[in-house]
Formats: sequence, C-alpha cells, structure tokens
Amino acid sequence: MSGPLTLFDKPNSYIGKSVPRPDARRLVEGRGKYVDDLQLPRMLHAAFVRSPHAHAEIGIIDTAAATALPGVIAAYTATDLADHVSPYVGILTHLQGLRSPPQMPLAVDRARWQGEPVVMIVAQSRAIAEDACELVEIDFHTLEATCDAKTALQDDAPVIHAEFDSNLAWQRTVDAGNVEEAFNRDDVTVIEREFTFGRHTGVTLEPRASVVEYDPSEEVLTYHYSGQAPHMMQAVLAKHLRLLEENVRIIARDVGGSFGIKIHTYGDDVATAAAAKILGRPIKFIADRNESFVSDIHARDHTVRGRLAVDAEGKIAALEIDDLTGIGPYSMYPRTSAIECNQILNLTGAPYAIDNYRARGTVVFQNKNMMCQYRAVGHPVAMAVADGLLEEAAHKIGMDVVDIRRHNLFADNAYPTNSAAGMKFDDLSHQKALEKLVKFMDYDALRQNQTEARTQNVYRGIGLVSMVEVTNPSPMFYGIGGAPISAQDGASVRLDAAGALHVSASITEQGQGTNTIIAQISAGVFGVDIDRVKVTTGDTATTPYGGGTWASRGAGIGGEAVLQASHALKQQVLDVAGVILQAVSDQLDIVDGHVVDKDAGTQRISLADLGKIVYYRGNELPADVTPELIATRHYRVTDFPFVFTNGAMAAHVEVDVETGFVKVLNFWAVEDCGRVINPKLVDEQIRGGVVQGIGGALYEECIYSPDGQLQNASMADYLVPMAAEMPDIHIDHIETPTKTSVLGAKGAGEAGTGGAPAAIMNAVNDALRPLSTSLHQMPMTPQRILKALGKV
Amino acid sequence: MINSQNISLVVNGEPVSASVPNRTNLVDFLRNQLGLTGSHVGCEHGVCGACTLEVNGSMIRGCLMLAVQADGAEITTVEGFTSRDKAAQLQRSFQKNNALQCGYCTPGMLASALEYVEAGGGADRAAIRQHLSGNYCRCTGYQSIVDAVVDVIEQGAKQ
Repeated sequence: MSGPLTLFDKPNSYIGKSVPRPDARRLVEGRGKYVDDLQLPRMLHAAFVRSPHAHAEIGIIDTAAATALPGVIAAYTATDLADHVSPYVGILTHLQGLRSPPQMPLAVDRARWQGEPVVMIVAQSRAIAEDACELVEIDFHTLEATCDAKTALQDDAPVIHAEFDSNLAWQRTVDAGNVEEAFNRDDVTVIEREFTFGRHTGVTLEPRASVVEYDPSEEVLTYHYSGQAPHMMQAVLAKHLRLLEENVRIIARDVGGSFGIKIHTYGDDVATAAAAKILGRPIKFIADRNESFVSDIHARDHTVRGRLAVDAEGKIAALEIDDLTGIGPYSMYPRTSAIECNQILNLTGAPYAIDNYRARGTVVFQNKNMMCQYRAVGHPVAMAVADGLLEEAAHKIGMDVVDIRRHNLFADNAYPTNSAAGMKFDDLSHQKALEKLVKFMDYDALRQNQTEARTQNVYRGIGLVSMVEVTNPSPMFYGIGGAPISAQDGASVRLDAAGALHVSASITEQGQGTNTIIAQISAGVFGVDIDRVKVTTGDTATTPYGGGTWASRGAGIGGEAVLQASHALKQQVLDVAGVILQAVSDQLDIVDGHVVDKDAGTQRISLADLGKIVYYRGNELPADVTPELIATRHYRVTDFPFVFTNGAMAAHVEVDVETGFVKVLNFWAVEDCGRVINPKLVDEQIRGGVVQGIGGALYEECIYSPDGQLQNASMADYLVPMAAEMPDIHIDHIETPTKTSVLGAKGAGEAGTGGAPAAIMNAVNDALRPLSTSLHQMPMTPQRILKALGKV
Repeated sequence: MINSQNISLVVNGEPVSASVPNRTNLVDFLRNQLGLTGSHVGCEHGVCGACTLEVNGSMIRGCLMLAVQADGAEITTVEGFTSRDKAAQLQRSFQKNNALQCGYCTPGMLASALEYVEAGGGADRAAIRQHLSGNYCRCTGYQSIVDAVVDVIEQGAKQ
C-alpha cells in the first residue's frame, strides 16, 4: 500500500493520542438519546406472551379477553402475521451443509424454547399490554424436550423439526498433517481433557429496544434501532416485510451496549415492525430483563474433548479437538449459529506452529434459547482448550509454562504464514508479546510469591494465554455465504463554508469511541482542529453503505475509509487553493485549519476563507474549476480473509480451598492491535473485554433445568462481574501495523474476552495443582471447585 | 379502588404536580411523565443500579419506589447534577478518565459515586469498588470509574 509517509508523525496528527471522547459529556449529563427515550405522537407499546414450555404444540389461542381490555389496540398470532412477514432461514452457503428450518417472528404451531414469543399485544401503554398478556389463553400440549446437546443426536432423542431426520444442524472437520502417526510416536507425552463452557449471555445494560414508525403515504418504515449494523437491518426488514430497501430507514443513536447481542434478527423486533406497518402508528418494544435472559442470544455452550501430544522438548507434535455445541432450535438469522463452532475449529492452537491438527465440530438443535455470535465468538473456547492443554502438558513434562510457549509460538519473523487450520497470518508478534508480558508481570517474582504463599496454605496460581483475535473481516466472513452483510465500509468527508469538516461514516458507535477515532483520523489527515470535525454515524439515510461495527472491524476498516476520504478531500482543497493562491498545490499543506506553504509553514488562506470563495463567490474562480469539497471512499480487506491480531495475557489468582472462591489478584495484557489510534480507548476496550471474559470464566451461566426452563433469568440470580470483585488490569502494547491498509490498524474489541478465560482457568488450575486436582469447566464456580477438591 | 393519585414534589429544584397511576414506579414517572430520560431502567428489580437517583438526600433505586411514595419529596436526577459542585466534578472526571463507554450505567454510577464522595469517602480503591458494587457496568471493567472517583477525591484533598 502506498500512502503519505508523514501521516502519523505530523505535528497536527491526532492518531496515537488519547483524545477524550467529545460525546462523553452528553452522556455524563444525562443527555443521551437511547431508543427508550423516544416518545412519538400516537405511539403504542408492545408486549409478548412467551412460551412457558421448552417444547409444546400450540393449540387454540384465545385473545378475546385481552383485546377487550380498554387500551388494547391489537393482538397478533403467527397466523395474523403470516401475510405480512416472509419467513427467514439462518444459513450461509459457505458453511456447507448447515441447515435450519424457516422461522417466523411468532411461534407457528409449535413452541421450541421457553421464552419464544407466541402472541403480541399492542396497547396504549406497556403496562396495559402486559395486563392483556395475562388474559391471553393458549392451549399448550407439552412435548418432550431435547435440551442436552450431548443426547440430542441419540436415536431416542425427540426430533425438534419434523422436516429433518435428526437434530443435527452442521458438521465440519479439519484434518492437516498426520495426527494419528504423531500421537502414536514413542517420544511424545499425551494430555487429554474434556472442557465444558457453560452458556452465558450479553446482559447489555440497555435491553434490546425498538421503536418503529411507518408512513403508509410514502411506504417508508423508520426503525429506531439499538444495534451495530444498520444497513444489514435495513436489508433484513425490507426483505421480510416486503418493502423496498430504500424505503426502510434505520437510525441508531446512543446504544446502551451491544457486544454482538443486538446484531441479530429477533422475532419480537420483526413483529414490532410488522405491527407498525399494519397499524400505521409508531410502536415501541423494550425487552424487560426477564425477556432479555430468555430471548437475547446466548453464547458458548460447548463441550470440547481435546488431546495434545508434545515431545520431551515441549514441541507440539499434534493437536486434536472435538467440539459439540447446542444452538437452540434454529440457526439465528442472518449470521447463523454455526460461526462459533467454525471459529473454534479455525482458531484452536492458532498461535502455535503445529503440523498435525485434526478438529471436528458438531452443531445440534436443542430446546433452549438460541445461541449466536457474542463478543469474541469462539475465541474463549479455542484459547482455553489449546492453552489449557499446553500448560497441563508443560507440567507433565516438567517444563515451565512460559518456556513451552517459547518453543511453540510462531517466530516473529515467520510471516506471512498459515496455520494448520489454514488461517493466513501476517504482521504478528507472539514471541515479543510473551517476552514483554513476562517482564511486565514480573513472572519470576510471582512464582516466588506463589511458593512462599503455599508454605502458609495460601493457594495462588499464575495462568497465561497466548492468543490471536480475528479482526477486520473480509467478504469471506458473511457476504460470500449470501448474507446481506457488507464487508466494506464507507466515509464521506466534506468541508463546509465555515472551514469545518463533516464526516459521515457507515461504522457505528456503541460506546467504544468510534465517533472519536473517526474525528481523530479525519482531523489529523486533513489538518484541522478536532473540535471542527462533526461526525455522523448510525443512519442509513445519511451515511455511506457499510457493515457497521462488529468483529472488531470499525477502526481497521471504517477508519481506513475515513483516512482515504480525508486524504482525497485534502487533495481537492489543495488543488483549489493552488488556483486561488496561484501556487503549485504540491507545495501546499493544510495545518490547523489553514492552507500553508509546505516548507515554510506560512499561512496562506484559512479554510473558512477558501470555503467562502468556493460556496459564495464562485465567480472568483475560473469557469473550469468546479470544486466538490466532498470526498467519499470505501475500503475492504482484499489480501486476507481476516486480519489477525495477537496478544499475551496473564492472571494471578488466589483460590480459597475452604470456600471454593476465586479472587483475581491481578491481570496483565500485552496486545498487538497494529497502529493504535487512541491508546486510552484501546486500553478500555481490552479492560472491559477482560472483565467480560472473567465473567464467563468465573460467574456467568444460563442455568437450565433438564426440561429446558431457564432457572436464573434475573440479574439477582445470573451473576455478572461487579466492581468489588474485579482487579485493576494492566495493559501494554506492541504496534505491528497491518500492511493491508495505510492506517495499519487492526481491531481490539474482543481480545480481552477471548483471552481472559484461558488465563483465569490456567491460573485456577495452577493454584489447585498441589492439591492434585483440576477443573476444566466454566464458569469455575465455588461449588465446582469444591467438587474438584472432593469437599462436596 | 383508586388507580391514580395526585402528587406534588420538587424535581431538580422545580416544583411538579402530577396525577400518577399507583403502580407506576418512580423512574418510569420521571422518564415518561416528566421527560427526564437521564435515569435509565436496566433490570427493574433493584439489582443493576442504572436508575439510582437521590430522594430527600438519600440515593435510592428509582425502580423500587413507587411514584406515589415520592409525594412531597425532593428529588435530584442526573439532569440536576451539573449545578452541584461535587457532582459536576465527577461528571468532568468521568469524561476525562473515559469512565463510561455506552453511558447507560453512567447516571446511576454517578449517583452512587456522588454519595461516596459527598460522605467524605477516601481515595481507597477497594473502598470505592465496594461502594460501587451495586452498579453494573458491562463496558468498562470498572477501573476507569474508580480512577475518576479517586481523581475527584484527590483534587478535593488538595484544595
């Protein structure tokens, strides 16, 4: 890639600086604009009757009493919506063999998970709508449920979809090298373990939220959206509500957390849009917390058998994994629920040079809430399996856990290279990251502390992980499989008559600081004060087309589009300035809102004056000079399916062997996400991610009864990390810019969540090791630890 | 059965009279009837802390109190914080330390932090974490929030 070489070290560049978020002030003053804050004229409210059963035939539905309640406007069943919504199917053609039946927003004939919406009530207030839900009578005939993924494929398991012969949704295998031969070698030590990863969920503090308005005179549907991918949602709603895509407008203003949860197609949201279209009135649906637990997608739910062979020097001879995952009764639309399993097959052992790798993934249907992509899709599982096995192997052959990594991590000069699973890697720094981490955490001192503590019956453990993160995905992720999901993103940058920049971009903001880094890049590349940059995101009517913010792609893909557009606009402005000033445009630059002589730095004309000449007094320009003062650029990754990042993390924990409680004493992360645009924002992404990972490792689990009832669907029962349990998290960086773009930025949004569980699990097992026990089930709850210790 | 009652109260220094359904909780009243959407609803059962606000000098959960119980009360929400010294300092410090991402927990988090700071709490990180442990934040991992509170306390100590 070519680009302006001085871009990142110019005095007025904001890239690499911890610029505070300009929009944060609005949020601290209570001036946020979240979906539930909207109150539109004649707005109605939706509530849903959800299936209380995991699996049941739906008989007669009687809504008479509900609709008779004063204030109730309408009640809808699946039959009522059948003419208004076309069914959707969560498959992608490149995930060959993946199958899932057509799905409708409300359950048709049969409910397949506890929490599936069955009847929608629309009323003048949410309270009235909920009152009416209580009055709906549904004749359910319960059926035996298939809940445990482990038994879902047995011959006697109830088949969830009559059109399929079994509960199998998808299967994939990877076989590289000669695994059998390697495991049979005389000189290898083999470690075999079963790892279990409980279901957990996103618990966004702002629940899923929709306000939908429909104007029948223009057939325009406007969807106020709390989510990450406006253009995807535009395509989905247009297709399934039978509207022209250009007549669907998606607006995402402030989003109260998403983490992948709000990027999917939910029946209750689609039903809300359908009802708004039918009634021609705005409708609000805000999931309450119970609804969030039973209907927001869940994630993980994997059982992985893994075995690893290492030789006496600790060199990995072979790795084999077998992953089984339950995804609920349908594959989620349109991203599918096979991606997490696919990622696990792609990523397990990915930091290491492994010749012999075999993996099998099995995805099954079950009568539980649906499972789909949530922050760090597959990564926590893949990293915990590989690094869990590796640390066990190290101890078995008497080698230090750092040394065994040194022997196996890809060398920093090995790139470009491919992993055994076929992942293409470039610009990574595993060895450097590990060495930096060891120094950063003072590994030797911690080991000494551990030994001393043990003499006093205090059980402390140190656990590490070396990891990769999938970021900046190309069209190979979704688009290739037929999903209406853009892999490219766009940015338009224009100069106004006052000399300010207006950037509109297709990437989106959910609090990570997207709008801030857009302003930083644009201000820096173009040459104005950041206060003079106004950023618009999250509106399909006013931004270029693009994918949005997910899979850690905002900075790397959207940021590059902003960079290219800002650079193009700058060239335009310099060309106009050259005409106005009768100078050679190559010898001009833009600094602090002024066109200057490149060499001397002398100010020649302010951007405001230039803007006024172009916009107001065009007569002063020659007739053949027709400045645009707006530039649009789009960018997609072309050279690689994904741009990987790498990192190394470590946890220091103390296990109370009497109570089973784990205290996280300290946590360190060294991350290489390429060019860092805003160090503070990157650090905060990693910290938040680490804490989310600690949650999955120690606390969070959607606990189901054998008959498919979610038993802890409230925040009082489902444990999330709170301030008192969390440690301070220490972050350091290596910057190896990706060569796929001028900006050189990779993603950083998911590394913490992807890596932390492995480090925590390894640390807990390190603490338990003198007691000759181990635990490979997440979350590692006190009860499970006590069970591992034989105390309960 | 009486389904609604008239209440009079003072919200952010402004006298307000309204008729509210008995079953409406305080935060829904403030948000939906008064348009004070700064206080957020996260769980509606008193666990997440997003609706924390001040009633008669005490920080309470706006979802665990009925609006009719607030008759005669003096209430301060995040919209009223800017005019209060320590609260405004916390708001600036939250921004400087990036102690928020999505911002949804922030009004409640600020309220709990304000309670700690105004009670003369010290810059002890563990004590701050303990005090904030009833406010859920999914984004930050809490460290930057603790940093923001510490900064305000330390600035206060210097003055």
